[in-house]
Amino acid sequence: MDTSRSPSEASGFSRKLAATIIIVYMVVTLIPISWMVATSFKSVDSAISYPPEVFFEPSLEGYVNLFTNRSRQPKDYLDSLPPPDTWYEELVRSREMVITGPSKFLPRYSNSLIIGFGATFFSVFLGSLAAYALSRFRVPLKDDLLFFILSTRMFPPIAVAVPIFIMYRKLGLGDTHVGMIILYTVVNLSLSVWLLKGFMDEIPREYEEAAMIDGYSRMQAFFKVVLPQATTGIAATAIFCMIFSWNEYAFAVLLTQFNAQTAPPFIPTIIGEGGLDWPAIGAGTTLFLIPVMIFTVVLRKHLLRGITFGAVRK
Amino acid sequence: MAEIEIKNLHKSFGDFVAVKNSNLVIENKEFFVLLGPSGCGKTTTLRMIAGLELPTSGNILLDREDVGYLRASQRDIAFVFQLFALYPHMNVKNNLAFPLKMQKFSKTEVDSKVMEAAKLLRIDHLLKSKVSSLAGGDRQRVALGRALVRRPKAFLMDEPLGTLDAEFRELMCLELRKLHDEIDATTVYVTHDQQEAMSMADRIAVMNEGEVLQADSPKIIYNKPKTKFVANFIGSPGMNFIPIKEKITPNQSSIKLLDSSLKIPEQREGTNSNENFLGVRPENLRLVSENGVKGNIFGVEYLGSRKILTVETQLGNIKIRVDSDTQVKINEQIQFDTLNNNQIIFDGSNDMALQSEFMS
Repeated sequence: MDTSRSPSEASGFSRKLAATIIIVYMVVTLIPISWMVATSFKSVDSAISYPPEVFFEPSLEGYVNLFTNRSRQPKDYLDSLPPPDTWYEELVRSREMVITGPSKFLPRYSNSLIIGFGATFFSVFLGSLAAYALSRFRVPLKDDLLFFILSTRMFPPIAVAVPIFIMYRKLGLGDTHVGMIILYTVVNLSLSVWLLKGFMDEIPREYEEAAMIDGYSRMQAFFKVVLPQATTGIAATAIFCMIFSWNEYAFAVLLTQFNAQTAPPFIPTIIGEGGLDWPAIGAGTTLFLIPVMIFTVVLRKHLLRGITFGAVRK
Repeated sequence: MAEIEIKNLHKSFGDFVAVKNSNLVIENKEFFVLLGPSGCGKTTTLRMIAGLELPTSGNILLDREDVGYLRASQRDIAFVFQLFALYPHMNVKNNLAFPLKMQKFSKTEVDSKVMEAAKLLRIDHLLKSKVSSLAGGDRQRVALGRALVRRPKAFLMDEPLGTLDAEFRELMCLELRKLHDEIDATTVYVTHDQQEAMSMADRIAVMNEGEVLQADSPKIIYNKPKTKFVANFIGSPGMNFIPIKEKITPNQSSIKLLDSSLKIPEQREGTNSNENFLGVRPENLRLVSENGVKGNIFGVEYLGSRKILTVETQLGNIKIRVDSDTQVKINEQIQFDTLNNNQIIFDGSNDMALQSEFMS
């Protein structure tokens, strides 16, 4: 009998099986995303051709269309223009169009960044203060308070869309960055308070007590000693909050139109000639994925430790 | 350095009374140990001195200034926690410098003070290490360093050696005491370990159920305990308590024990009760060949330099300390009597020791 490997080590066969399952799963998961990325590099024609093209000649048309507004011009007018200065002007000319100006994608995208990161920051900041207080102090009706905080997530947020819409109109918060940041912060807060309270409970009180004896106020002790040790929890919470506020669609459609519209309601409205401009939509979605992907990858190390809920102490 | 005075200090958490009207004076440069079983209120007392808990009533005077209701940060004391509470996100140097950063020292001053403390504790080669990479003893030293780096009025320590292994604990006991003397500190040290207390303290306060039972030098605590609890808690094994069914009166100097009479120190007080206890330490008993109290050997514990015999008698089980080369067998019948006149009578009604020729 082969006793060279320990009982807990997997055998060659089960390892191969596991690898196969993971690879199949990965392919299934990645196909939609890779198709989307591929579409963003197709031309309008090849994007809607049937049967679908797996191999195609890459083009940046989608990205150019995403960032520009264009208008179709008669050929003799185009001929009368001076030769195009840039590669993208040339690309647009070849479609018998001229660029009339930048599209609204960039402002929408930056709205998404401002609102997404803003809401994440405030959810985590306010959440960590509340979590710390609930974890450390004798708050009257603490359990009821915690349940109340959680109960705000027991119905789908969109259920209160109408009252919020009316409230925001009265308060002048509709279609403003502040309004959207407040809204996403509020929706995220319950998650952030509950998650962070778990992490705060794990941090021994002795740390802040030591700091307070060493001459620091409780607030200073919180920022200098407690928060740095809650990094894991903060990272995990921030990712969840970020993903929610970044992807949120329903409220964004309802409450924003011009000034504070985020990318999710904007991207589907990119309409080309005679139908949806799929490469441009693909390009918009691809670009939309990038920040949240970077954010998650940067915080990933903490996230993994974070979801195990600080079970393993340093 | 400072004198700490505790006046009528009381602390309750809801219905639970943690500290009952305690009074203590801890003198300047004294190594003072609060000793007691877990839950006796010693840590709560310490935390009130530190300012981590507020008293329900009473005063805490630090150098005759009432600090009982001041914030911890305003008291200028240092605290060493049982689990050290070193900041894991900082290296050793930053841990040591942390208390100084709050005071307005220049960077060079901070560096030199950190270096001085590190040299004193022989951790200067570890300054750049991460806290998580340190061994238990080094963590202990860093925690001490963080406490002494700003030269506070008093050091408070909450079972700081509790997590170290036995061998290292003995070494750290010596070092702690040496350090205390070198820097002329006033130290209040909490522990449940009587050996630590005995080996380090100038004075020990024994606490139980929120009350300070006795505060005296280790020698007095050991030889002349004021209550039955102290007598039993201190010493390993604790004192023997032999029930005596007679009322003790002042000037009495012998008692009846079974059918013989036993000489005791001349008493200065009498008892209220008819059922009292004779307290005698195991080392103050000896085996004799005749005229002693009879009993059977029930158990023998060999402890290297000595043996502890448990003897079954009509008066209950009695422990006797003998030389380790004394040969006895289980169930052997032996006789014993008292070696000297160091017995204490405890009043059965309140467990208090009577004043006597020996006790005064």
